[in-house]
Amino acid sequence: MPGVAKQACTSSPRSSRESMSQRTRIGQSYHHARRLGAILAVLLGLVPTLALAQHPGSVFDGATPQARSISDYFVLVLILAAVVFVIVEGLLVYVLLRFRARPGDGRPRPVFEKQHLEITWTVIPILLVALLFVLMLPVMGAAEDAPPDAYTVTAIGHQFWWEFRYPEQNAIAANEMHIPVGEKIRLRLQSADVIHSFWIPRLNGKLDLIPGQTNEWVLEADTPGEYMGQCAELCGVQHAWMLLRVFAQPRPEFDAWVAQQAQPAAAPTDPTAQQGAEIFRQQACGNCHTISGSHDPGGVAPNLTHVGSRTTLAAGALTNTAENMRRWIHNPQDIKPGANMPTFKLSDAELNAVVTYLEGLK
Amino acid sequence: MATIEQVAPVPRLTSADTLWSWVATVDHKRIGIMYLLGALVFLVIAGAEALLMRAQLATPGGHVISPSFYNQLLTMHGTSMVFLVGTPGVIGFANYAVPLMIGARDMAFPRLNAMSLWLFIFGGLLMHFSFLAGQTPDTGWFSYAPLTAHFASPDYRVDYWILGTLIPSIGTIATALNLIVTIFLFRAPGMTIRRLPLFAWMMLITSFLIIWAFPPLTAAQAMLLVDRWLGGHFFNTMAGGLPILWQHLFWAFGHPEVYILILPAFGILSEVIPVFSRKPIFGYNFMAAATVAIAFLSYLVWGHHMFATGYSIPINASWGALSVLIAVPTGIKIFNYIATMWGGSLHFTTAMLFCIGFVGTFVFGGLSGVTLALVPIDWQVTDTYYVVGHFHFVLIGGTVFGLFAGTYYWFPKMTGRLLSERLGRWHFWLFLIGFLLTFVPMHLTGLIGMPRRIYTYPAYPGWSELNAISSIGAVFMALGALAFVWNIIRSLSHGEKAGDDPWDAYTLEWATSSPPPPDNFREPLPPIRSRRPFWDRKYPDEADWKTEHGG
Repeated sequence: MPGVAKQACTSSPRSSRESMSQRTRIGQSYHHARRLGAILAVLLGLVPTLALAQHPGSVFDGATPQARSISDYFVLVLILAAVVFVIVEGLLVYVLLRFRARPGDGRPRPVFEKQHLEITWTVIPILLVALLFVLMLPVMGAAEDAPPDAYTVTAIGHQFWWEFRYPEQNAIAANEMHIPVGEKIRLRLQSADVIHSFWIPRLNGKLDLIPGQTNEWVLEADTPGEYMGQCAELCGVQHAWMLLRVFAQPRPEFDAWVAQQAQPAAAPTDPTAQQGAEIFRQQACGNCHTISGSHDPGGVAPNLTHVGSRTTLAAGALTNTAENMRRWIHNPQDIKPGANMPTFKLSDAELNAVVTYLEGLK
Repeated sequence: MATIEQVAPVPRLTSADTLWSWVATVDHKRIGIMYLLGALVFLVIAGAEALLMRAQLATPGGHVISPSFYNQLLTMHGTSMVFLVGTPGVIGFANYAVPLMIGARDMAFPRLNAMSLWLFIFGGLLMHFSFLAGQTPDTGWFSYAPLTAHFASPDYRVDYWILGTLIPSIGTIATALNLIVTIFLFRAPGMTIRRLPLFAWMMLITSFLIIWAFPPLTAAQAMLLVDRWLGGHFFNTMAGGLPILWQHLFWAFGHPEVYILILPAFGILSEVIPVFSRKPIFGYNFMAAATVAIAFLSYLVWGHHMFATGYSIPINASWGALSVLIAVPTGIKIFNYIATMWGGSLHFTTAMLFCIGFVGTFVFGGLSGVTLALVPIDWQVTDTYYVVGHFHFVLIGGTVFGLFAGTYYWFPKMTGRLLSERLGRWHFWLFLIGFLLTFVPMHLTGLIGMPRRIYTYPAYPGWSELNAISSIGAVFMALGALAFVWNIIRSLSHGEKAGDDPWDAYTLEWATSSPPPPDNFREPLPPIRSRRPFWDRKYPDEADWKTEHGG
């Protein structure tokens, strides 16, 4: 069984994967499970009230071999659980209807035990759970595997934002991660403060970011797109607004993106933007926020070198528009009370300049 | 009623009804009732906390309460329900019923018993004083390190959490010792261990669980205090500390704790279902053995709360294997209850309705628990509303329904009056419907990506609708709880007189008056030759010792 899983993961994707998995009986039931999983994914979409372009989807809507492996297994387990549920609840309902006290009931015959029956309903559950356990092992292996030479991204959890480092290109991003599509990416998870958890349901199960240790996870999106998730371990007052976005792109586009992220900040040419850069320096924003090419320490807040090219601000609390950036800098505590960014008393003109500057950092 | 000072061994027994006589009592019956009253008060408070949370989550981007207050509510709700409602609730019934069921005059250590009670009350008051002090705990009921470290929680909230739980825990451990000694040494002649009523057996096993489980929590909390205030590094990474150590110690307590909460409820079912089926419990031996198996396994599975922390496949798989095994003895109990009802003559009193509700919901909660024990599934659904749905199914459908059943069953013995069956039905149906509306959708909410412990959420498809349904359900639960409280208040003065044995029951507590005299039994006990000694005396031609071989 481990052999089947590994083959499914490393073979060239899509077309050959399905036929590969259908060759075995386990593979066939996984295939059926996948269809049921898709139905569940649709059912769970429910009545859409789409206020945002993207949403996390469901655990049954996997976009990676790992997530699909988990959801196929989950569907099998749910089917078995449903069968047990129907049988046991059915027996309960039957008993309640059939043995209701009626007038003139004699005293029921006492039955103290029936050893054969009791042994049977001990042994059968043991066999069932053993079966579930055995089927579980290859799914665990499939979800964790990343070859030693896989492209590596390091995610560092902060209260209340995500830092992403691309060591090969020396690039640092925040809150939005890009990965090349169709490849196994090794994700190294670390924390700068408390425990956080990295969870994007369509990509894989979750894994914690724990200070003092590095956990490793695998992402292998097989379709380009935007995948959403959020921090899944209570990390403080703004745990709710620590959203997570992963953009999976074809390799050439990804290479262009990460090369761009590795570039130092574009020097502002517009006079308003230059004024904004000066205010940024005067207000010592650089004490927390790095803009590379400057000499500021930064590090405790998102790197802003390319903030203009991000789709959201404040770890997903706002879409990235000039107006929202104004609102955020003007009073972050209004939008995300408890976030670590203080409120700056800037005049409208100063705000304008800073926003022009930052939005220009693409 | 004649005073009994001349009966020396248990001092200060009284049937006086002054406030002081209750405050100063060492009578297990009064202590039990006070535990239950305390648990009820904290149930209402913790329930109100939940209602506020559900109001906040009813719509996306809600502004009912602030983010920091939300975190305080979720922490207080969880902590109170576990430490100030569930645990005292089961201990309250244990205190009341166990000495009576085994034919004893009181617990082995009555003064220690009183100490335990007052530690619970004081600890609960201290915990809630934190609201007045503006220092309400806000790091979750399991308070993970290093969110609780001084750098991340610089004020006194964590310390209120520590002390508010540690103080009652001392009392809980003492009660466990008290119960073990009482059950081993104070059984009436003829009541062998194998003839112990199942509620007493469950409390015996639970007491061993308590003695194993609570000390790791207390130790961890002491270590956390050292970290926070004395420069220790147990849980932070300087000088080699490990945040994950907190999780090991906490869950070494936390997992057995949930069995501490559920085994007594199983015990209550094991008393109530047979009485209202007019049959003895089916499969006593397997029930008793299954309880021991559950207790033993519960010590070994704590890591299933940590599947997402980064341990290797062999380690996680081992915890998973042990965790799924617990489904087996638990399933045995459920089958035994159905088999007890099979061929019986079922009387749907409110106590019985709650038992049936327990069985029906616990099957669902147990099955969702099996899915959570399977590691890769857990990787997706842990720390989401799926887990919140699961544990509320087993803790409300299990523990709370069991406590409700115990209340309707034993209230007549405690007070001499029956609770109203009419109000009881309102209580049951409002609460059950509300419960299902609130917690079934949560499984779906978790499956579509909603993590736990978030004070608000974006308007993602499905999230708003499911959250709205859950919030509506909470209102129904509140109405059901109000019916319960009203039932108790009204029945204390207007309830129908119960007599000694309103249910035609089987065990020794029904062989004395309602309420019992201070020293429990005035008349000689029935001879104990089976597991149903009172039944045997009432129906000598169908006595168990005649119809059942062995036992």
